[in-house]
Amino acid sequence: MAPPQESCVKLGKSLSTTPSTGRAPAAVGTGGAPVLLLVSVLGALLATVATVLSQDPLFQFQGAIFIIGFVAAAAILVGGLASGGFKQDSSRYSDNVIKAGVIATLFWGAAGMLVGVIIASQLTWPRIFYFPEFGFLNFGRLRPLHTSAVIFAFGGNALIATSFWVVQRTCKAKLFGGMLPWFVFWGYQLFILLAGLGYLVGITQGQEYAEPEWLTDLWLTIVWVCYLLVFLGTIWKRKEPHIYVANWFYLSFIITIAILHIFNNLAMPVSFLNHKSYELWSGVQSAMVQWWYGHNAVGFLLTAGFLGMMYYFIPKRAERPVYSYRLSIVHFWALIFIYIWAGPHHLHYTALPQWTQTLGMTFSIMLWMPSWGGMINGLMTLSGAWDKLRTDPVIRMFVVSLAFYGMSTFEGPVMSIRTVNALSHYTDWGIGHVHSGALGWVGFVSFGSIYCMVPWLWKKDRMYSDRLIEWHFWIATTGILLYITAMWVSGIMEGLMWRAYTPDGFLAYSFIETVAAKHIEYMVRTLGGLMYLSGALIMIYNVIRTVGMPSSVSVNHPADAVPAGLAIAGE
Amino acid sequence: MANFVFKNHGKLERHSMLLLLFIILVVSVGGLVEITPLFFLESTIEKVDGMRPYTPLEVAGRDIYIREGCYLCHSAMIRPLRDEVERYGHYSLAAESMYDHPFQWGSKRTGPDLARVGGKYSDAWHRDHLINPRSLVPESIMPPYRFLAEKDLDYRDIKDKLKALKIVGVPYTQAEIDSATEDLKAQANPNESPTKLKAHYGDKLNIRDFGGGSDRITEMDALIAYLQMQGTLVDFTTYKADAPANRR
Repeated sequence: MAPPQESCVKLGKSLSTTPSTGRAPAAVGTGGAPVLLLVSVLGALLATVATVLSQDPLFQFQGAIFIIGFVAAAAILVGGLASGGFKQDSSRYSDNVIKAGVIATLFWGAAGMLVGVIIASQLTWPRIFYFPEFGFLNFGRLRPLHTSAVIFAFGGNALIATSFWVVQRTCKAKLFGGMLPWFVFWGYQLFILLAGLGYLVGITQGQEYAEPEWLTDLWLTIVWVCYLLVFLGTIWKRKEPHIYVANWFYLSFIITIAILHIFNNLAMPVSFLNHKSYELWSGVQSAMVQWWYGHNAVGFLLTAGFLGMMYYFIPKRAERPVYSYRLSIVHFWALIFIYIWAGPHHLHYTALPQWTQTLGMTFSIMLWMPSWGGMINGLMTLSGAWDKLRTDPVIRMFVVSLAFYGMSTFEGPVMSIRTVNALSHYTDWGIGHVHSGALGWVGFVSFGSIYCMVPWLWKKDRMYSDRLIEWHFWIATTGILLYITAMWVSGIMEGLMWRAYTPDGFLAYSFIETVAAKHIEYMVRTLGGLMYLSGALIMIYNVIRTVGMPSSVSVNHPADAVPAGLAIAGE
Repeated sequence: MANFVFKNHGKLERHSMLLLLFIILVVSVGGLVEITPLFFLESTIEKVDGMRPYTPLEVAGRDIYIREGCYLCHSAMIRPLRDEVERYGHYSLAAESMYDHPFQWGSKRTGPDLARVGGKYSDAWHRDHLINPRSLVPESIMPPYRFLAEKDLDYRDIKDKLKALKIVGVPYTQAEIDSATEDLKAQANPNESPTKLKAHYGDKLNIRDFGGGSDRITEMDALIAYLQMQGTLVDFTTYKADAPANRR
């Protein structure tokens, strides 16, 4: 995975004047912009008709978002086509869509974390942060907004952007599909708006992490299939015989999320002009399908996808090869096989049959090993480069993210043991657990990757300020530690208080006493979240300043050129 | 074995569709083994007396419960642990959520479990508590829901809702679907005749104005109607937890 070599540099320069003949002709001309224009116009028409015919105000709300989205897309496409834009330069990697993805990742990250701080404040100071006249700002509506914004908007955009970068570089091929990657990007932002604004006005199907209703689900399905097509298509065009390990993880993430999304969202709309639907499954089956989905949203979106990111950016930044090829094979297949079974640990002691719970627990414990396989492979990749930990705050971010990954994938199996779960389930311990994974692992590996990509994308030597990265690192790390320790304390405390008995054999505490007891921990949690958000804002400032720095390299940057014809070692 | 894998893994790395196919196969196993039997094993759902589909008013109330995200703080699944059974009542059965599309067991207990909240408090208590939780429970961290009491329930689509629920498996009869609007009004307004409603849903019904007056039906009336029937349907005098058929 060495930086581009001299032959590549020369090749890049020659390519910019004479495009390779071996490339698929699909990428010439307007890259399918007229097709997208047609889709936008038809979409706008369909949305208008449906909105006019519907009597359901919430359906009309969704329709309005669709209309605005499609009309805006059509206007931009018309403008672009008229001015001769959208010329596809097949000798260059598609990097503009990745730039957009980085911006979207940072924007949604800050937005989602801000909503997190707000709802943490609501639970801490309900008399201040609830507004009886603004019911749409109640915890029940903001909480899905927070989880969806950080998981799907921040995490999803980070995955789409990095996967587009990684698949091009490791396949030595330009993104497949002309304008299709742009459709994936903007289609995904439309999905986020439909989902997020929908929660605020009360559109939800009431399934955790799968709250968007049927219409939004259908839209996401279309976008996701196009994403799979762009990713696979780029792999098909590759000039490397082997598909690089990062792409196995990205591929498993994309295809499995598609499967999970479809089966957990099978539902019957009340009518085709009504926002509401009822799930196909009910009761215990609904619960099992939901947590099969829910746990594997963690397993495939928040784990496999981000492992793909890890397998590219850590070796690249450390300038070391991946520690063990064999370990990556073993832990990849073990991880994706075992993860799928782990869902029932969310349903211990419930009305789910015990045999299913036991299977879920068993596989959850087994999952510890392949999880640590990924951590070990990542950490050991730094062999011989450990000195960079002292000098490079980005490497430090990667190492801490792997440490949190290792910690939370050990904590998870412990919590999945039925007797431990009897205490931890329903408590704040679970909230702490997901945040050590989300803030520590997912957040930090994304931040590190973006700190790598921003100078590459915008052609700068380095980030604007390494000191600000240091600040980001320390403030965010301290914030995570405050957050998760507060949740350990409050979670274990409330679990113990719920089951505490007086010597006479009565329950020792009323429920509200267990709520009141957590006030201090909730304050600490809010502070931790606020610190993490502050770190992200520092990062955004740093990125803006970096983009504003003068470009230090020539316009014909070798890294943008798609090498053709020659097999080049490295990368 | 190990050698075989490492020697042949290169094939997967060189053929994207083969890799894709293997991934799909590998991730399918767990779900197939754990989920599909739940639809066929008779022991999955206990045989109980008393379960009935929700009335139209309860359906509307449940939709508000979902819309407001109540499940994000309130579990509705009592585990068979001593303290939970003493605090909340008999542990929840699978049969009790058999008509729940989707289930609302929840995963977090920021507020108390609601699986058997039905009948525990008066309608007036629920109303006051929903409007301002801290007026009754000073330490409460629950959001206020005054707007539910001010907003008329929109039940124009209640017939379509029952129809959709029937399609996904809730055993509503055609008569129940046809008179969904009447039944909804009859349950929330004691001045109307409940004969038809009772003929459809039996005698275990809360028929009253739920504290909101009989001149209008608000969203809060529907929500309270739903809360007040939570966990009250199954007849536990005839349920034998130790019977072999109920051991799971």
